[in-house]
Amino acid sequence: MYMRNFTLLIFIMMNYAHAETIQGPNLGKPVSSAVVDRWNRDIFPNGEGLPTGAGSAYKGKIIYQQQCLSCHGVDGAGGSADELAGALHSLTDDPPDKVVGNYWPYATTVFDFIRRSMPLHAPGKLSNDEVYAVTAYLLALNGIISEDKIIDNNNLSKIEMPNRDGFINTFKK
Amino acid sequence: MENQLEPVAGGGLLDRRLFLKRGLVFSAATAVSLQVFAKVKPFDSNLPAWMLKPGEPFSNYGEPSPYEKSTIRWKMENSMAPGNGVSWTPLHDLEGTITPNGLHFERHHNGVPEIDPKRHQLLIHGLVEKPLMFSVDSLLRYPMRSLFCFIECGGNSNAGWRSKPIQTQAGYFHGMASCSEWTGVPLSVLLHEARIKAVGKWLIAEGADAAAMNVSIPLEKALDDCIVAVYQNGERIRPENGYPLRLLVPGWEGVLNVKWLRRLHITTRPSMTRNETSKYTELLPSGKARQFSFFMDAKSLITSPSPGYKMDGSGLYQITGLAWSGRGKISKVEVSADGGNSWAEAQLQEPVLSKCFTRFRIPWQWQGKDIIIMSRAVDETGYQQPSRKMLIAQRGKHGYFHYNAIVSWKVAADGGISHVYA
Repeated sequence: MYMRNFTLLIFIMMNYAHAETIQGPNLGKPVSSAVVDRWNRDIFPNGEGLPTGAGSAYKGKIIYQQQCLSCHGVDGAGGSADELAGALHSLTDDPPDKVVGNYWPYATTVFDFIRRSMPLHAPGKLSNDEVYAVTAYLLALNGIISEDKIIDNNNLSKIEMPNRDGFINTFKK
Repeated sequence: MENQLEPVAGGGLLDRRLFLKRGLVFSAATAVSLQVFAKVKPFDSNLPAWMLKPGEPFSNYGEPSPYEKSTIRWKMENSMAPGNGVSWTPLHDLEGTITPNGLHFERHHNGVPEIDPKRHQLLIHGLVEKPLMFSVDSLLRYPMRSLFCFIECGGNSNAGWRSKPIQTQAGYFHGMASCSEWTGVPLSVLLHEARIKAVGKWLIAEGADAAAMNVSIPLEKALDDCIVAVYQNGERIRPENGYPLRLLVPGWEGVLNVKWLRRLHITTRPSMTRNETSKYTELLPSGKARQFSFFMDAKSLITSPSPGYKMDGSGLYQITGLAWSGRGKISKVEVSADGGNSWAEAQLQEPVLSKCFTRFRIPWQWQGKDIIIMSRAVDETGYQQPSRKMLIAQRGKHGYFHYNAIVSWKVAADGGISHVYA
């Protein structure tokens, strides 16, 4: 009986030790939703987080030629930076050719990456409308939308990218 | 004595305990010292110049010897954007397991930001009861934890996929991996303070660099062993490694270890950022790609002797190298000196730590002939580092990321060393 109680006590102590969390000094400052909204620039495949705005491939082509072409090449053919369109091979060829149109699974990712990281020489310089326009241009170059289509915060997430189902989640099957 | 020099595997590999046997080491050392003493006459003009004048004064921050100027990171930058590129740790020039801070590998997407820590903050928001902002000073007051762990870029060793073996030094091929003692605040402490909601499953981390680099990480990992690192090998993190705050995600792809950490967003699902879709995914021959392949699987390589070195005649040598696994401790490293026909177990330098570089060593009697040396690691999960042939059979040749195949060096009769596929 004594032994059984002792064992139980050890068991409880072990569980307690496992569940124990380190106590910090609680120095985080509460922030308002306005501050969070200003900091939060994450965008999700369902369109959550996309800012209000719109643009077309026509306008995007002009911005691309000024801001992107020197690294990404004419019509996204690639240069010192990645090839973005006009793949000469498929994903199963040897070697394969990965571009936005045949590899990127979500159109929202294109907008997010341009807005947060591009152009390298002046990130954050493009307005939301300009980012929508360049996104539209890249999608048009890849034959995913027509050149006259206006891309905005409502329809970008609805664009079905050809390689949407091309990925295997190796972490959670 | 004769028995100890009896090979335990082909190519002249000797028992890993040979160097531990006092008798041999002592007698060899004695012989060498006597020779040295015989040549140097004390207290005469043959004394070296540095013994005949006062030395240099103190320094506020020390630097390596000027005779070690060739021990450097090798840089490869984008010609149009010098802040976009990589630099490799010279693993072939280093011993032990800890990478000096100035030699830790770099991967920047748009340069190293110069951050004023007084103006830098970390925001935790999303699926939490209380969104919180932390100053760097406030984080310095938290209870800290130290982790000895490696960081390895998911793209490390990618030259291994090429059809012809690349001829460069070992570190400039496999040195997008480095190992440090990282110290900081356990991420779980900060997440609990913000009171995460039960529906939270992912965390999106963002850096304060010009690329605003962001990536999604499963919350279970964040709560398990991640830390918000403030110190690297005892000093504040170097700018190129994330000053003032870096997220440490032990054993997982380098890209998740977000530098210049400014924001953690708790969500139900990943954001599908550029760096978890178009990059850091591995295209398979089927045309499908592996995604969220976070773990850096077991890898090892011989750092000495390795390409760039020249053997100094036949005789007794030490083969040494590094092994590591993102899934836990290294349990065994085997070395072959006959192209993989026979293997001998190497000695592991203590302490062997989880998700940390592990140094291995084995004595070797080189007969002065053409020979191929290689190492293979096994981790505590039982996973064994694959041959290049096996890896390509599983993944094809165009996955680019996560190359961890066995590495082979050819030691030629003339003493030269080259990289081969064997």
